[in-house]
Amino acid sequence: MAEVENGLQEFDVTEEQRELRSALRRFCERAHDEATVRRLMDSDDGWDRALWARLGGELGALALAVPEELGGAGGTLVDQAIAAEELGAALVTGPLLGTVGLAVPALVAAPAGQERDALLADLAEGTRVAALVADVFAPHGPATAAGVTAEGTTLSGTVALVPDAAAADVLLVAATGPDGPVLAVVDPAAAGVGVQERGSLDPTRRLARVTLDGATGTVLATGADADHALAHAFRVAGALLAAEQVGIAQRLLDTTVAYAKERLQFGRPIGSFQAVKHRCADMLVGVEQARSAALHAAWSVADPRLDDADLAVAIAQARCSEVAYRAAADAIQLHGGIGFTWEHAAHLYYKRAIADAELLGSAEAHRERIAAAVLDTLGADVAAPQVATG
Amino acid sequence: MSPPATTTDTLSATSEAARVEEAARAVVAAHDPRTVSREELFGALYDAGLAWVHHPEGLGGRGLSRGLQAVVDEIVTAAGGARMFAVNPIGYGMGAPTVVEYGRDREQVAAWLRPMATGEEIWCQLFSEPGAGSDVAGLASTAVPDGDEWVVNGQKVWTTLAHVARWGMLVARTDPDQPKHRGLTYFVIDMQQPGVEVRPLRQMTGQAEFNEVYLNDARVLDAHRLGEVGAGWKVAITTLMNERTAIGGVTGPRGSGVIAEALGLWRAHPERHTPVLRDRLAALWTRAETHRLTLARARRTATAGQPGPEGSVSKLVGAELNQEVYEFCMDLLGPEALLYDDYTMSRERVHADPGSTLQQRFLRSRANTIEGGTSEVMRNILGERVLSLPGEPRSDSDRPWKEVPRG
Repeated sequence: MAEVENGLQEFDVTEEQRELRSALRRFCERAHDEATVRRLMDSDDGWDRALWARLGGELGALALAVPEELGGAGGTLVDQAIAAEELGAALVTGPLLGTVGLAVPALVAAPAGQERDALLADLAEGTRVAALVADVFAPHGPATAAGVTAEGTTLSGTVALVPDAAAADVLLVAATGPDGPVLAVVDPAAAGVGVQERGSLDPTRRLARVTLDGATGTVLATGADADHALAHAFRVAGALLAAEQVGIAQRLLDTTVAYAKERLQFGRPIGSFQAVKHRCADMLVGVEQARSAALHAAWSVADPRLDDADLAVAIAQARCSEVAYRAAADAIQLHGGIGFTWEHAAHLYYKRAIADAELLGSAEAHRERIAAAVLDTLGADVAAPQVATG
Repeated sequence: MSPPATTTDTLSATSEAARVEEAARAVVAAHDPRTVSREELFGALYDAGLAWVHHPEGLGGRGLSRGLQAVVDEIVTAAGGARMFAVNPIGYGMGAPTVVEYGRDREQVAAWLRPMATGEEIWCQLFSEPGAGSDVAGLASTAVPDGDEWVVNGQKVWTTLAHVARWGMLVARTDPDQPKHRGLTYFVIDMQQPGVEVRPLRQMTGQAEFNEVYLNDARVLDAHRLGEVGAGWKVAITTLMNERTAIGGVTGPRGSGVIAEALGLWRAHPERHTPVLRDRLAALWTRAETHRLTLARARRTATAGQPGPEGSVSKLVGAELNQEVYEFCMDLLGPEALLYDDYTMSRERVHADPGSTLQQRFLRSRANTIEGGTSEVMRNILGERVLSLPGEPRSDSDRPWKEVPRG
């Protein structure tokens, strides 16, 4: 296994990372408990701007992998993945995917410039938030920027489902121009820009329709530069979304196991029945696999010497989507009737899990990428096994 | 999972790895695996403390983290040497940790370990009985004291390598009046004596990889007892934990192992490709890869020298994945999969036989979720030992063993 830096190897956990995890967990327990989630999901905005600013300014958790000279913490994507796990476990509402997952890495990978640098610093600090207007329900590809066309600085088109767009102070728009993809910054209050919030199955991460009708944007990147920025954004967002799924699955495992120990039926804890116990064991196995895949993706994006970063992210998204959804479904099943009520938190996690599985490409879409990268390119060195011929 | 290593541990581990690497390179340089005998090479590794790096010095080790053994194995195999585990799997993987932890006489332990490492003395495991499979602690073979020896009677089953073994790890009942876990004692028995009769046990592939072992007034020295009289179950747990680690713990590069067969078959049969089979293989590949990454992560984060319950995770996942990969291969092959070359009984171990066929390995994989602990028992272990869920109510725990119904 390759040594990465500072004598660290893949999957090593530093003391700083352990401290980051416990700091975020404490913060979420105090400032973003279930009651807060419920209050926010019933509020008009769906998130808490002041709490977001604390995540950015006080905890520095919004730009952990961003270089210090760009306003970030100068860590690696593994740090940000640990944050994504914890924030996912607490179902933190707010534009995590749009801002931390997509906009920040797109800006980091875009060419430097006054507009970019100022925006990146604000996003890191949590004083402004952003959404990426693009097809974020499929892996990065030719269709990513197909919804909006660009002619110079004029943008037109509709993207039907954009997470976090209603919250955004800034829209980062992926468009298609005469010379390929374009990445532009658009003010949602500008003329020709419509952001219409839609009813979302997952009330903790809202979707909106974004309509651009001859809106004017500031172009940050075009052609290969824009393509590079978008590819990087999808890579980082994929690794972070996978980490969020790990956080969700782990939390569901913990709460389900705790319930199985205290819930009594037939005179004994239901966790003593093998039918229940074995389902919990399978959840555990899934969580362990998902965590390995998600961490490997974060490590590989941070240091591409470790692996083909796109393949590592595809593996993580394929596996973590399955595991988090399965964990959420099993959590409801193992809680029985109470798990189906509005009062219990299981449905909140279930809704986040099904939304996460769809975002940035379904497990099937990522298996397609894996099949193309692995199965369709097998070389002559892959020998056929000996088969009986009778 | 064990707690992750701290940065400081990692740094000191890195320099230890460098020393181990240097020592292993020196051994293969002085004893070229391509020219010297296996006994010489493995003996040199043992003497250099590289047979089990986590063992104490003088017992084939250097008192280091067990994860560093991979450094040695990699150097030895890259130089053309065999794996010590492959030559004497039961002894190397399970016997060694048990005798090191519970052996009562260091000289005796050393006398067992060196020929175990070299493969000159093969070991086998005498646990399972016809009446004691998953419930191995309910076993009925007896050991009765006779001077400084014990006299053993009973029948063991599913004994790998018994027909070539010098030593057997035996668990026998020494006190039927105690509840079942408390009346067991653990011995190392000489397999090459008149009281030990080994018969082949034929399996569904046609081969006989395993044996039945009949113990008729077999003798074992009290000096060859591991642990205290009546404490055999605790010793057996050490062996079993290492069994799961040994079965599930081998990792190669991406795409290696059983999934490689599916990939090779996929490449060889483009005429049978369908989108449905392609997605099924992509899903299997992804699971195999995340299993591999999980093993790599467990190895990296393991600080303790003892295998923990994560061995049960890898055993469970590996076994079920093997079966599904071979099922996929059979479906991909189609009608041709229904051919079979030869059901004549042989002593070949299917996985160790370079001439074995896919169909044999497919049939053999049915045993993966049974041998070394059924998947049902594995899930109980994960539920009870890792997640701390309560056990099933039991009717055998506090009763004398002889009063518990069997059959």
